[in-house]
Amino acid sequence: MRKKLQVEAIRQGTVIDHIPAGQGIKILDRLQLLDSNASITVGFNLPSKDQGHKDIIKVTNRMFSEQEANQLALFAPTATINVIDNYEVVDKFKMALPESLQGAFSCPNSNCITHNEPVDTHFSLREHKGDVRLKCRYCEKSFSKDIVAEL
Amino acid sequence: MENRLYKRDIISIADFDRNDLELVLETAAQLKNSPRPDLLKGKVIASCFFEASTRTRLSFETAVQRLGGTLIGFSDGGNTSAKKGETLADSVNIISSYTDAFVMRHPQEGSARLASEFSSVPVINGGDGSNQHPTQTLLDLFSIRECQDKLDGLKIAFVGDLKYGRTVHSLAQALCHFGAEFTFIAPKALTMPDYILEELDEKGIKYHFSDSIEETAPKVDIIYMTRVQKERFDETEYKHIASRYILNVDSLKDAKDNLKILHPLPRVDEIAVEVDKTPYAYYFQQAENGVYARQALLALVLNEVV
Repeated sequence: MRKKLQVEAIRQGTVIDHIPAGQGIKILDRLQLLDSNASITVGFNLPSKDQGHKDIIKVTNRMFSEQEANQLALFAPTATINVIDNYEVVDKFKMALPESLQGAFSCPNSNCITHNEPVDTHFSLREHKGDVRLKCRYCEKSFSKDIVAEL
Repeated sequence: MENRLYKRDIISIADFDRNDLELVLETAAQLKNSPRPDLLKGKVIASCFFEASTRTRLSFETAVQRLGGTLIGFSDGGNTSAKKGETLADSVNIISSYTDAFVMRHPQEGSARLASEFSSVPVINGGDGSNQHPTQTLLDLFSIRECQDKLDGLKIAFVGDLKYGRTVHSLAQALCHFGAEFTFIAPKALTMPDYILEELDEKGIKYHFSDSIEETAPKVDIIYMTRVQKERFDETEYKHIASRYILNVDSLKDAKDNLKILHPLPRVDEIAVEVDKTPYAYYFQQAENGVYARQALLALVLNEVV
């Protein structure tokens, strides 16, 4: 069988691999990658040995901050981030669900004090029956990740 | 007993472990039996009610005065700089620099936690929106312990609006430390929220749902009543629902001798006035106990040794 590269290699930048199928589009939206000047190559529903199907996102000349990586972990806890330089993987790390997220999302509770005051939001994360729950440090309400991310 | 509450912020009942709760209850019992007008001598306490609440404010202010402290503050945020657009963070920063402790009530959830990050003195939450009201929970626990002589292994029924009732949520969470068993009696639309039930599941706490106060009364030690608010239903639906969640003398005919009825007050018509004269009624003592519970908290937060 002829093997064919389904997503083109990049010279420099970041490759987010092993994204659960269907989550890639959410990550593009959440990190506002389409609004940036970066060149992006994406693959949706690609075959994956471990996952059956996966999404992949390659962003040229762009690194991710810790906060962005944390947001990624919320949607794609199984993803890996590959830092590419001159077509080589120079750094590679697996995403893991963080214990907390600071300043990444607004609190869905419209009466939470964080909407009116000079503080970052702060959520603690926990898994519950396969879902991720985020609990606001301030208003103490718990939300599913989809509600927090308004997806 | 070591005072683990000295200089601590009192924001949420979730911040208390069993030892902390017992310390407050023990101190409240001591202060109820032997008044100590010296414990806040020379201390200035801010009582800042950005939202009006007569009972809670008067209870706090009585507690401060009974311990010999001095009060500054306001009973309504309408005349403060908040109205001019000052952030709560700035208000807290300034007012706390004048005082030894900062008691506050605010209509927004999370305001007390935020205040604790900007205050130079301990913050005591007197209610932040629909979130927490830890001193209400402490007075509820104190009252339960007082009328049952124990807190461990009690059977508690919560009745009424269990969805929006923050007092019910906090009390259920606090009672988890004492191995309670719960029965929830509420209209479907106002049943206990999932996140509380999940917490109870995780802690292995037993709970049941029931539709009838009368059938539940013989099985429990405490009935904690709350008000079903009219505005949550249309009029016909409300009339139908409210009649099922009203406690009257007939509902108590097979009750256990030690049963006591609590209510965070104010009551409207969910407890018939005739119940007041029965030995089961404990809600007025409960309200009075608010002063002792708040005295205990203030005394512990501001004194290394009480």
